[in-house]
Amino acid sequence: MKPQRSLEVGTGLFVLLGFAALFFLTTQLPGSGLQFGADSGYRVTAKFDNIGDLKAGSPVSMAGVRIGRVEAVSFDANDYRAVATLRIDPQFDRIPDDSDASVQTQGLLGGKYIGIGPGGSDTFLKDGGQIEFTQSAIVLESLVNKFFANFASKGSEGAAEATASGSSEEGK
Amino acid sequence: MMLAPVQRIGRVGVFLGRLLLQCGPALLRPRAVVHQVFNAGARSLIIIMLCGLFVGMVLGLQGFDLLQRFGSEDALGVAAALGLLKELGPVVTALLFAGRAGTSLTSEIGLMRATDQLTAMEIMAVDPLRHVVAPRFLGGLIAMPLLVAIFNLVGLFGAQLIGVQLLGVDPGAFWSQMQSAVELDDVVEGIVKSLCFGVACSLIAVFEGYNAEPTAAGVGLATTRTVVISSVLTLLIDYMLTAAFLGR
Repeated sequence: MKPQRSLEVGTGLFVLLGFAALFFLTTQLPGSGLQFGADSGYRVTAKFDNIGDLKAGSPVSMAGVRIGRVEAVSFDANDYRAVATLRIDPQFDRIPDDSDASVQTQGLLGGKYIGIGPGGSDTFLKDGGQIEFTQSAIVLESLVNKFFANFASKGSEGAAEATASGSSEEGK
Repeated sequence: MMLAPVQRIGRVGVFLGRLLLQCGPALLRPRAVVHQVFNAGARSLIIIMLCGLFVGMVLGLQGFDLLQRFGSEDALGVAAALGLLKELGPVVTALLFAGRAGTSLTSEIGLMRATDQLTAMEIMAVDPLRHVVAPRFLGGLIAMPLLVAIFNLVGLFGAQLIGVQLLGVDPGAFWSQMQSAVELDDVVEGIVKSLCFGVACSLIAVFEGYNAEPTAAGVGLATTRTVVISSVLTLLIDYMLTAAFLGR
């Protein structure tokens, strides 16, 4: 009876452990996976001209410290702008309501996140509030395009002039 | 002479068909299956967790070394999670499973064959496929995805241990980038792979044991073949499944 019982307990432990691991992998790892339990904190929205590849689950940070996450990204068909819904953790309830939000990049190749710069107002953001001042994501391709467009127009003005003014241009 | 390998593949196919027919009746006696889940799963737990930890730690070191060159060591969590979930977890677990559980299945069934226990069952009109082979096959099949999940979890812990604790990757970036990059599809891919490996490794192990030559040397040979064939088959199936998942 004794060995039979330890066998069943062992198997039970193994199966429980296995399913706990499976549960963790399927629910906790994918940011877009199943979510259990409502998040605490409050919601604010921000409208951007362009959010790049910001996704639901991306971090929201202030001074480099994570204070919440992006809950949803949607599109406002009236003014053709992207609406990001941010969920801010409840302990950060003293963010001035004239703060600005900008889409930034973690490192050179990292994911996008929203950085919030504090404003100077005495009233604070509340649940359902909106951040008015926003700055869009910098799209690397458009920067590169702009750079090459400048370069090309400069080149067409004349090769001799370009080489002559090249050093003074760099000096600026 | 040329036909021998083809005939062997055909025998595995026929064996699988007969085995699947007996799996239903075998499930009606869950105690035997539970016993085999214990043998194949719970007894492999220590080696799986130990290997998972070291594989994760190596991933942490190598991944950090590579990502550091691009200044994006924050992506270490993504690299470790995807590497473990999609490839290393299922494959390494299947290879360990073949060595740890597959060999014991083969030698156990082969020894039953060599000592005429299976023949005795057949004489008593007890189907050895139903009472001996099917529970062992099912036990391996059930144990494999659970072992892979545990392997992945311990591996992630190992990668986190090296990356965050030792090399100073920001823990928030490690987990949040992992969570934003890993999709549910990636987890499902790992589970599908582990199920396929479970079928392949368990089937080869019981087939080789059941068809072992009933001598001491025959059982030894069958055990060796289990490890070799299971390992090769695991890597082959892994390539095909990866190609299929990437091609979707």
